[in-house]
Amino acid sequence: MAVSKNLRVKTSILVVLVAVFNSVGNVLLAKGMRRMGEMPDWSASTLGLYFVNAFTSGWIWLGIGSLMLFFVSYLLVVSWADYSYVMPAAAAGYALTPLLGHLLLGEAVTPARWVGIAVICLGVALVGPTPPSTTEQD
Amino acid sequence: MRTVVFLAIVVFAGTGGEIAATHAMKRLGEVKGFAPRALLSVLGRAFRLGWVWLAIALMALAFFSFLALLSWADVGFVVPATALSYVVGALGAKLLLGEQLSPMRWAGILLVSVGVAIACAR
Repeated sequence: MAVSKNLRVKTSILVVLVAVFNSVGNVLLAKGMRRMGEMPDWSASTLGLYFVNAFTSGWIWLGIGSLMLFFVSYLLVVSWADYSYVMPAAAAGYALTPLLGHLLLGEAVTPARWVGIAVICLGVALVGPTPPSTTEQD
Repeated sequence: MRTVVFLAIVVFAGTGGEIAATHAMKRLGEVKGFAPRALLSVLGRAFRLGWVWLAIALMALAFFSFLALLSWADVGFVVPATALSYVVGALGAKLLLGEQLSPMRWAGILLVSVGVAIACAR
């Protein structure tokens, strides 16, 4: 079954957006939460105060914004592409995050993590060439 | 036991939410226009579907269960274990969405799942 080049291009662009907004959103949220410190206890009043504090953090809002963009790009791409295509292809983001950390921030990447990144890339390389859409559309 | 229950919620609510969103968007049909106005109109229609709200509710449930899980369980176990989502999601795509998974796609999904588990293990 021939897949139009146009379909592949727009699928690839959106999969990249899905992966990037997802990992950037998670990193920003994690950064925001770390700056707030650990929650002292799980009582209702502490939880309430903690949430109110979280929403005054710029990092948290940036993280939420990025995750909203992730959701929107995800909705757009699955309007034509398979879920079983988008999900593993976007896992390239897992490989991208430590790779960027290593190249841009000089963070150490453990040997185990290099192996994991290589295996993810291999998996993405296998999924990538399969037809992005296998369900009939009206 | 609590850890297993929460892990199951993370995996099944997360993939369930993504599958619900995919189902919703397949009903709307392929998005073809990417101008801001066309995108807003698509999103406006999407957010009128119950499936999209179910997706958001399930994904939020998965997200907060994940945070709760991390508060007592070891990150080095929890994050790699959630790599199971790729396999559960692939089964859901086949059984619930009727997608055709070729052997090549299965092999890729298994590798991605194993790779994420290795990369995130500590």
